[in-house]
Amino acid sequence: MNGLSQRILRWLDERFGAGAIEEFLRHKTVPIHRQTVWYYFGGMTLFLFVVQVLTGILLLLYYRPTPEDAFESVQYIVTQVRFGWLIRSVHSWSANLMVFTAFVHMFSGYFLKAYRKPRELTWISGMLLLFVVMGFGFSGYLLPWNTLAFFATKVGTEMAGAVPFVGKWFLTFLRGGEEVTGATLTRFFGFHVAVLPGLATVLLAMHLLLVQRLGMSLPPGVERAIADGRQPARSMPFFPNFLLRDIIGWYAALGVLGALAAVFPWELGTKADAFASAPAGIRPEWYFLFMFQTLKLLPAKILFLEGEFAGLLGFGLAATVWVVVPFLDYRAGFGRVTRFFTGLGVFALGFIVVMSALALR
Amino acid sequence: MKTVIPMFALLLWAQSSGLAVPPGDSCITCHAALDGKQAEPAKLFEADVHHQAGLSCADCHGGDPKDDSMTAMSRAKGFRGAPKKAQIPDFCARCHSDIAYLHRFNPKLRADQLSQYLTSVHGKRLKQGDTKVAACVDCHGVHNMLPASDTRSPVHPMNVASTCAHCHADAAHMKGYNIPTDQVEKYRRSVHAEVLANGDTAAPTCSTCHGNHGATPPGVSSVANVCGTCHVFFAQLFEKSPHQPAFARMGLPGCVQCHSNHEIVKPSDDWVGVGPKAVCVNCHTAGDKGYAGAQKIAGDLAKLETFLGRAEEIIGTAERSGMEVSGPKVELASAHESLVKARVNVHSFNAAEVQKLTDQGVEISQKAYQAGVGALKERDVRRKGLGVSLIFIVLAISGLYLKIRQIEAGPRA
Amino acid sequence: METPESSRPQGVRLGRRWINLLLGTGVLASIASFIYPAIRYMLPPLVGESLSRSAVAAKVNELKRNSGKIFKFGSKPALLVRTVDGEFKAYSAVCTHLNCTVQYREDLRQIWCACHNGLYDLTGRNISGPPPRPLESFQVHIQGEDVVVTRSA
Repeated sequence: MNGLSQRILRWLDERFGAGAIEEFLRHKTVPIHRQTVWYYFGGMTLFLFVVQVLTGILLLLYYRPTPEDAFESVQYIVTQVRFGWLIRSVHSWSANLMVFTAFVHMFSGYFLKAYRKPRELTWISGMLLLFVVMGFGFSGYLLPWNTLAFFATKVGTEMAGAVPFVGKWFLTFLRGGEEVTGATLTRFFGFHVAVLPGLATVLLAMHLLLVQRLGMSLPPGVERAIADGRQPARSMPFFPNFLLRDIIGWYAALGVLGALAAVFPWELGTKADAFASAPAGIRPEWYFLFMFQTLKLLPAKILFLEGEFAGLLGFGLAATVWVVVPFLDYRAGFGRVTRFFTGLGVFALGFIVVMSALALR
Repeated sequence: MKTVIPMFALLLWAQSSGLAVPPGDSCITCHAALDGKQAEPAKLFEADVHHQAGLSCADCHGGDPKDDSMTAMSRAKGFRGAPKKAQIPDFCARCHSDIAYLHRFNPKLRADQLSQYLTSVHGKRLKQGDTKVAACVDCHGVHNMLPASDTRSPVHPMNVASTCAHCHADAAHMKGYNIPTDQVEKYRRSVHAEVLANGDTAAPTCSTCHGNHGATPPGVSSVANVCGTCHVFFAQLFEKSPHQPAFARMGLPGCVQCHSNHEIVKPSDDWVGVGPKAVCVNCHTAGDKGYAGAQKIAGDLAKLETFLGRAEEIIGTAERSGMEVSGPKVELASAHESLVKARVNVHSFNAAEVQKLTDQGVEISQKAYQAGVGALKERDVRRKGLGVSLIFIVLAISGLYLKIRQIEAGPRA
Repeated sequence: METPESSRPQGVRLGRRWINLLLGTGVLASIASFIYPAIRYMLPPLVGESLSRSAVAAKVNELKRNSGKIFKFGSKPALLVRTVDGEFKAYSAVCTHLNCTVQYREDLRQIWCACHNGLYDLTGRNISGPPPRPLESFQVHIQGEDVVVTRSA
């Protein structure tokens, strides 16, 4: 077997010049220290993304993006198509898992200051990817066209209108009109299967390329310890050691997804009726809950600003700060830990957790 | 001359006040310029259906609309004045009993309102000198009359109950008549009022059961007929049931005995049988045939409900687990229909008849339940399949783990 | 850096073969358990169209004029009527009053509900009795021998 695979690789190398890549991968190493476990989350997110693409393509074979047919086509997939229930539930569950691992990956990078020089662009492309992932979640949620999705989308896009100046335009752009209609469904479908995947591919390529070129970042504490000689610089080869461990994680994720699909299948709900009144307790998916809850708790007016606008402004500012944190926390580039940013991170994480918990009560 | 200039001014003023005055209608012109009660008729008349038809004050009250002076209202000019209460029916009937005249305006108009009115309780009492009863203008309004199809009219189906309530819910007005004054209040709590308020004008209001011009409450023996004009099956079943001769013998009003006359609310299954809310035990006592029959009927209804509920639950669970259960769902619709029909058939007061329907429903429910069980078995097959794939995954993970250990058995790089 | 194979004790060498076997079996079996459903998924089911969007109600020659037939449409009953003039019409058979199943009455030439005597005309409109709303109308097409009923857009 080994001889055969060698021959194939040599054949490809003569044509693609892939030998250089192979050489590079052979030498890629992953540092070993107390925080090594966090290195797995990037690959896990990527794996779940691949699961989404594959199950998404399968769903595309039967899904129909019109208000008359969308719900029925999902019902068809779940009840008529062989293993349709599995593909659909895996897609829905994996989406949630992916958002979770993406957040863990982001926060681990933040707290371990992986964004410091020279990895600023890795961080920025990663943050943009996180926004894209949340966009995937928001657009995909509407596609089954059930009551919950319809009204959650209505509420979510309503927020867009609260932005001053561009708000009205932005809302109309998102909804494909003044209200959430079939035009919204078509548009969200386009975002979900074409626009966002395209964006994700470009950003992913940049992100992965940078990670390969710059190698794995060491937590500042470990870096210092190694420099001072207090700790030996240990590492393992990416291929096969780290990769095999990665694969164990991916298998475990598959097992979890399968179990969730079989034991907690994703609900179909009832078909959306634009003219019915919103059912009580409408709320967005869990990863938007913290924003939703914050906006609910804000008073009608803060100083001279409208409450809702102030909230959105706050989140916009927070997101901007988060994206440019490598430049704000430039001292990290010199190996200095600025407590302020660690504290800011703890506050952000705590805020998200507490607000989400409040919304779920 | 002394009156011409002021009249002219008044005419101008009347024109400017927006009233479409037929050229030379002095009634409107003068009365519009007066105060308070004297001006009211002229103000109201704009909207009146008679005015819309081109008629003027004089067409009812007589007099000469072309005469600008006070002689317009003289006997010589045929002035009839405002009629007294007892004269009102004849006053209106002057035109409204004249078919030939009415058909010049609207060939569909009826001309029998007066003859009907005279048969009514209101009409009879008015003839005897009781001026507190309703006559034409009490219900239709006066000077601003609108057709009954107009939603603003006091005799539009949605407003009839309020119009009747003006007198019939006024305890002071109704003193001495010895009839209750809570009918409209009770009616408002009824399911008929609710359906009517939702816009279904086919729903009954006071006049539907009591008549409008010939208003007379249905006699005890005719209640079932009145209800039966809409509730056809129930009346038919009741006629053939043992209750009909029994009620007739005892002088009890058919439907009203259990369903009330004005406060007709949505019935529920616990009205049947011998429980606390049941109506059967109002007459029947333990040991008599009716008591046993009521128990049996209530028991059968409850049995069907239970089986139906169980089947619906399991089908619902299967559906939520993603199983294909459209066939059993259609079957369940039939079972549900059996329940609806059984509830109708309660009015035959024949336990065997009701049981035929409930047995049918129970059988269908049981079949649907079995289908649900099958669907859940299929779901369990899926879970077993999942179990198998989990075993493979565990194998793969163990293999990977051991491989890693093996690879790293030597000194690490 | 692994210790050379030849200098390893027998037990470890056997262990290595077992490990490879275990790994190979596990990976292959698990991949098969992922690929199998995916392949079966991609093969279209026998029922081509979503059950609740379209159904074959009857064969063209099945119904004589002035008669009706109840058929399954999705998870609800539906009614196919062949009028006196030979035209096909289809409606939801779920009565808008209390959900009983309606039927076609040849004598009345209208649609009737046996539960409370509700009546609908042949446009589906509720014309007598308790039903508050008309019956939902469906579209009918003849495809060869089949009378196909679809939900209107």
